[in-house]
Amino acid sequence: MAKVLDNPRPTLKERAAKIGAQIQGSQAWNSIFRPGSIFRKGYTDSPRNRSYVIMNSVLYHLHPVKVKRHAVKVSYTLCLGGLSFFVFILLTVTGIFLMFFYRPTGANAWQDIQTLQTSVTFGLLIRNMHRWGAHIMVLTVFLHMARVFYHGAYKPPREFNWVIGVILLTLTLLLSFTGYLLPWDQLALWAVTVGTNMMGYTPVFGSQVRFVLLGGVEIGSETLLRWYVLHVLMLPFVIVIFMAIHFWRVRKDGGISGPL
Amino acid sequence: MTEIPEHLLKRAQAARDKAASPSDASASEGGDRIPDALLDRTKASGAGAAVVAAAPAGGVPVGAGPGGHTQRLLTVVKSGSIQEAKAAPVDKVHTWPHLLAVEFVAGLALTAFLFVFSWVVNAPLLQAADFNNTPNPSKAPWYFLGLQELLTMFHPMIAGVTLPGMGLVALILAPYLDRNASNKPEDRKFMTSMMTMFLIFWAVLTIIGSFFRGPGFNFTFPWRDGIFFEL
Repeated sequence: MAKVLDNPRPTLKERAAKIGAQIQGSQAWNSIFRPGSIFRKGYTDSPRNRSYVIMNSVLYHLHPVKVKRHAVKVSYTLCLGGLSFFVFILLTVTGIFLMFFYRPTGANAWQDIQTLQTSVTFGLLIRNMHRWGAHIMVLTVFLHMARVFYHGAYKPPREFNWVIGVILLTLTLLLSFTGYLLPWDQLALWAVTVGTNMMGYTPVFGSQVRFVLLGGVEIGSETLLRWYVLHVLMLPFVIVIFMAIHFWRVRKDGGISGPL
Repeated sequence: MTEIPEHLLKRAQAARDKAASPSDASASEGGDRIPDALLDRTKASGAGAAVVAAAPAGGVPVGAGPGGHTQRLLTVVKSGSIQEAKAAPVDKVHTWPHLLAVEFVAGLALTAFLFVFSWVVNAPLLQAADFNNTPNPSKAPWYFLGLQELLTMFHPMIAGVTLPGMGLVALILAPYLDRNASNKPEDRKFMTSMMTMFLIFWAVLTIIGSFFRGPGFNFTFPWRDGIFFEL
């Protein structure tokens, strides 16, 4: 105690703490973080503040203030639904990065990917993350469906949310498949050829469906542009709408199912 | 305007008169608005056992109805309609920190995994697309290889459209066809085994299509002829 009195000059740590407190007490800071935020000055762990963290933040659109105790057990959900959504966000971020370096034309597409991998900082890494992330998303969405089925979570009142889930699975596969063509290499071209040939066998309007999707009778530059727009704009737009309904229904139907 | 009934006006007037008339000397003292009757009763209740004995000493309480009653029975409500609990209370925890912390860690772990994996393993980029050079074998993306495997067994319309279409419809209709309300695993052995069979069937087809199909999509063994599979 005596030592502190002998040396009244504040230490670096004390000064940093003081500046931190001033920033946290400022009007600008408090205009960003609403009351109850963990980033606000004097946050204490109280039931009231625990409620405010959700209720006073944008997270309230996703989560209720309280959830069933068994719902937070990792062994019940394996986080699969949440992780699917999270990978979708990662894919959006990495995908926007890729869009800066990519032109969806037969003459440029492959060369752009090649250049991205060899000449763009972190280009290869981001492309890898987008590619592997896409496979992970197909996997997590599929496993999420299996998990929900084995827990009988599709039963009333959640029947319709299960239907939306099947639509989301289909959209995930379509997103992955449309993205598969975009590198415009031998793998992409012939995998998509195999896939779209199957579509042509749809009864009654098979060849029409194929024509609309390919932008012609064979895969070509028009297909690339078409699938690019589907991949970066239309399908993400549609899947986000269905995800919004899916997450909203989870809450409206009484939170996640169970316990068993 | 509705007319106020005569007897209610009379009763109100009587109550007002009673409140205004000084029944005791202390009532006229400034600022003391609490009627003496109530003060007396408070005193009496403080004395405990003397409640009953003290009450008559204060006379009839202010605002009392006919016969000196201070309460009136307005209606009888059946207990079921207001007291019956609809749902048993649910054991709940706060989303922050119990759920958000788990989600944060899960997201972080997945990001770390994806980052490291992407650092180590490169995504394939083969030669530029060439319409005149068909690779052998040509395979669909892995999640469609089960369908491509079906193509070897059925007509393309059955394998490529009818069967997957039926699978999707069956999935969509599952909650409407399954009339069993229980979610206990021991009560739903039928549905559980149906789904497991469906999943295993699909997984086996996908694995065969992925690893056991070589040039010309003919059957091979991966340990004998190598793997013809790209992600």
